[in-house]
Amino acid sequence: MSNDITTIELHARAAIDAAGDPAALDAVRVALLGKTGQVTALLKSLGGMDAELRKSFGAAVNALKNALAQAIEQRRVELDAAALTARLGAERIDITLPARPVLRGSIHPLSRTMEELTALFGAMGFTVKDGPDIEDDWYSFGALNIPSHHPARAMMDTFYLKAAGRNRPMVLRPHTSTLQIRTMLEQKPPIRVIVPGRTYRSDHDATHSPMFHQCEGLVIDRDITLAHLKGCLVDFLRAFFAVPDLKARFRSSYFPFTEPSMEIDIAWDRKTGVIGAGSDWLEILGSGMVHPNVLANCGIDPREYQGFAFGMGVERITMLKHGIADLRSFYESDIRWLSHYGTSPLAPVTLHEGDA
Amino acid sequence: MKFSLSWLRTHLTTDASLAQIADTLNDIGLEVEGIEDRGAALAPFVIARVIEAVPHPNADRLRVCRVDTGSGEVGVVCGAPNARTGMTTVFAPPGTYIPGSGITLKIGEIRGVASAGMLVSAREMALGEDHDGIVDLPGDAPVGTPYAAWAGLDDPVIEISVTPNRGDALAVRGIARDLAAAGLGTLTPWNAPAINGTGASAIRWQDDFTEACPWILGRTVRGVRNGESPAWLKQRLESVGLRPINALADITNFFTIDLGRPLHVFDANKISGGVLTVRRGAGERFRGLHGKDVTVTGDDCVIADEAGVQSLAGIVGGAATGCDGTTTDVFIECALFDRVAIALSGQRSGIFSDARQRFERGIDVSLLPAALDAATAMVIALCGGEASAVTEAGAEPAWQRQASLRFERLRSFGRSDVTPDRAVGILGALGFTIAARDAAGVTVDVPPWRNDIASAGFSAGSTLDQHADLDPDQAMVVREGARAIEPEADLIEEVLRIEGLDRIVPVSLPPLTTVPTPSLTPRQARSVRARRVLAARGMAECVTFSFVDRATAARFGATPDSLTVANPIAADLDQMRPSPLVTIARAAAMNAARGFGDLALFEIGPGFRNETPAGQDLIAAGLRCGATPLSWLAPSRSVDAFDAKADAFAVLQDLGVPLEALQVSATAPGHYHPGRAGTIKQGPKTTIGSFGELHPSLCAALDLPAGSVGFEIDLGAIADPKRRRKSAPDISPLQPLRRDFAFVLDAGIAAEAVLRAAKSAERGLITDVTLFDRYAGDKLPAGKVSLAIAVTLQPKDKSLTDSEIEAVSAKIVAAVSKATNATLRG
Repeated sequence: MSNDITTIELHARAAIDAAGDPAALDAVRVALLGKTGQVTALLKSLGGMDAELRKSFGAAVNALKNALAQAIEQRRVELDAAALTARLGAERIDITLPARPVLRGSIHPLSRTMEELTALFGAMGFTVKDGPDIEDDWYSFGALNIPSHHPARAMMDTFYLKAAGRNRPMVLRPHTSTLQIRTMLEQKPPIRVIVPGRTYRSDHDATHSPMFHQCEGLVIDRDITLAHLKGCLVDFLRAFFAVPDLKARFRSSYFPFTEPSMEIDIAWDRKTGVIGAGSDWLEILGSGMVHPNVLANCGIDPREYQGFAFGMGVERITMLKHGIADLRSFYESDIRWLSHYGTSPLAPVTLHEGDA
Repeated sequence: MKFSLSWLRTHLTTDASLAQIADTLNDIGLEVEGIEDRGAALAPFVIARVIEAVPHPNADRLRVCRVDTGSGEVGVVCGAPNARTGMTTVFAPPGTYIPGSGITLKIGEIRGVASAGMLVSAREMALGEDHDGIVDLPGDAPVGTPYAAWAGLDDPVIEISVTPNRGDALAVRGIARDLAAAGLGTLTPWNAPAINGTGASAIRWQDDFTEACPWILGRTVRGVRNGESPAWLKQRLESVGLRPINALADITNFFTIDLGRPLHVFDANKISGGVLTVRRGAGERFRGLHGKDVTVTGDDCVIADEAGVQSLAGIVGGAATGCDGTTTDVFIECALFDRVAIALSGQRSGIFSDARQRFERGIDVSLLPAALDAATAMVIALCGGEASAVTEAGAEPAWQRQASLRFERLRSFGRSDVTPDRAVGILGALGFTIAARDAAGVTVDVPPWRNDIASAGFSAGSTLDQHADLDPDQAMVVREGARAIEPEADLIEEVLRIEGLDRIVPVSLPPLTTVPTPSLTPRQARSVRARRVLAARGMAECVTFSFVDRATAARFGATPDSLTVANPIAADLDQMRPSPLVTIARAAAMNAARGFGDLALFEIGPGFRNETPAGQDLIAAGLRCGATPLSWLAPSRSVDAFDAKADAFAVLQDLGVPLEALQVSATAPGHYHPGRAGTIKQGPKTTIGSFGELHPSLCAALDLPAGSVGFEIDLGAIADPKRRRKSAPDISPLQPLRRDFAFVLDAGIAAEAVLRAAKSAERGLITDVTLFDRYAGDKLPAGKVSLAIAVTLQPKDKSLTDSEIEAVSAKIVAAVSKATNATLRG
């Protein structure tokens, strides 16, 4: 009898090993362990045996049954793994094929700079003011202490429109200083505003564009001094150019709407273009203490309030910061230039992420 | 304003270096534009004598010269035809850079003869075009001396830009005064020699236009010889770029630069009638000294004799009465003209002259008699002759005025540590005289050349131009404030300018709040967001001009005359654009012409309807053209109106516009394809924007790729975002169900009607309706279309039974059928 068991086991194991796929293996299982299987038949034969024999033979058959079941299961795992391996092999793709194309958009460098200005001056308590590009000449000149005969009007080659509003000539604003006036008429001090926006002058060459951008600033309160003007602008320039010890110099100058007026140069190296240090100076900003006439033109008493104003060219600081050579390329909209100098919309200017 | 260092030194005693002078000028507001130092470039060139010049043994045209350089004898081979024994000329040793030819000299051998240096022409030294031969100097020129020093070329020329307020700095003397005040030396005293004229002037003044010419002086000098000016005067003028003309003209130019005091000289014998009248013009025309005809108007101040207009006052003299070599009697004009009159006259005539520049910025109002005497003295010294008495019309205007400074304001306004003594010292050095001083402040008399100080009510001085709508009482109070503060601000500026703005220690602005509040208004933040949305959709942001040629602008909207630029810089930049789409289209066409025709561009910028602030809209506009990118995964396709629609709706959705409240109508502005574009409205009145395929004829006219699409959104038309807390979301624990329906309907019916009808069939249950198929073709009758929609049902509190689902489906079919006359597709 035990020979039977040994023989069955020998054959069974050979059959299990020989099963090449899950179906063949299942056929082997049924032939051994199924209702009419060989091992099942042995178990059935136990009923006709005496107790002693049944006990010893029964244990042996059960052991055989368990061993074969385990072997079948083990073979099944092997077959499954082989099947999976085969399937995966068949499913192989060329993973070097390109992915679905996604068009990359970009934010214009001038917008980027104006957002940086907003963030940096925003951190100093400034809000952003905007207003019309077309203004009458009172907002553009008269209110800013530039009477019609003033030689300073010739300094700005102003575009005039054929329209006349309030019986005054309408102009394309030659500076964002017009918004100083609108701000002071609309709100009471303390005032801290910046005005990044479009400006227009009749000048067109390699370094002048008939349309360009300025950022005006205005700070008015009871006790704002010339030292605050210097502190505010030095703080800004150091943050904007990311040069913590950037050197700046303040040169006396003249603008009709400020007194004293000054121009601000930053140190740079003419040869390397490195900003912040070096033996050359680069003009970057105009500023000054707001002229008493400008305050009075807007209904503010210069005996009570004082403050400063400044203006800078957005293109200029953008060109310096990013080493952009040609002014005209800003407006040309060559797609190659836009994608080269443009920034990702998913990296907006934030003080906490840096690079603001 | 140009001046040479030696000219400056006639007014300033200083041992400051050129660099110190330049730095100081920059600090005190006289910005240095450039420094020309020819002496530095010409330093190696020395005066030399040709001891002997003999023919070159191997070349007919060359000579071999023995040259005495003052520091030894050298041999030089020279090709100049004028090289000769005994000649005095200029020698450049080996190693010298020759500016005229751009080469650096080496010791060489020319046709077998050694040559250690070069004898040079004027052109080789970059001193003009003379190249007929080497420089031929007078025999007494000192051998061994640097040529530049001997020729007076080692005098650096400084050019500064003078701001419009500083008429006094358009004079060498004014510059010297500023530098002296800034501690760079002492101002040399200047006094005009007293001239005692004999006899009345043969010509006298008649002033009929005193508003433009309050005071005018003159005198005749008889018996002059008007030849070339002496070398020193020619050199002075040439150093600042003025061409010497003749002695009399040169003298007027000298005083213009030296004292900022323009003068004019008439040939007295060319004036008819013996009277020069200052009057208004009357449309006459005369030939100016600048060689062009000048036509004068009734607003221009002119000087006329019996024969007619002879000069546009303060701007340009007339050719007919000018001085030349035949002049024997000269009449010198020394006038005070009104700044505004000259400025406006100058603008009308378009003539830029040194005289105009000084008169319109303001000259020294009291200097007239002294300046006339100084000029007379120079005329007599250079040309001989006998001076008459002075003739005069009008009178010296009252220019005397005072300004006060409270010392405390230097600190509370300027935050400067400058002491009262120093402040008063600076004002004194600038020519202010102290009228009164106490511990609290100082009152000074303003010098007559400072037209920019305490100028309210004086000449073309400071004027207020207050806003028309100010409260009259408030306007008066602040007007008084300005009158009180302005003169003091003028003095503070003078003190701080000379003291140096760099001395003020910067102070950071004190924070208004510990954590800054938002710097953008919600509306401003919205355009920032729109920009980010569009760029994130793959579009490149552009910044294009606000003006464009009128014909192109007209293709996109109205082009009222009021929005035409009266003085455009170019004919194709003469009209304010109705929308940024105009200029983006131009940019797209340019890119396409360069071979980049698959584009997605956008701009957020102004579009103009009229010139009022309300007529200037902030518009987000975009344009796509060409095809989607090539890919092996999906075929490339042309862009279409639905790309533009997606762009527009992406912006609106991100800006918080409730999309279900929007309607799209199948009409659009004329620059779009009439059948492939739509207008987005919110309610019956508010138009938010439009989108679609651009009109084929527009694309053809602008060279845009056919089938280009675009959109425009008026950001200003979008209602302000509401700041309210969201209600809690209704998140059902039950699974949603999807039911699909296909409807057959007339092709002319808007698909949106189907979607709306389905969605509103059972509001509480239907959460989404999506159109997923559209079919028109031979399986349907002509003019019919099949639309397939997927409806999502979201049960709320219990699962739906089959009969409930049936009931909802029936409602959907009924609603769609009712709204669109559609039938369920079998």
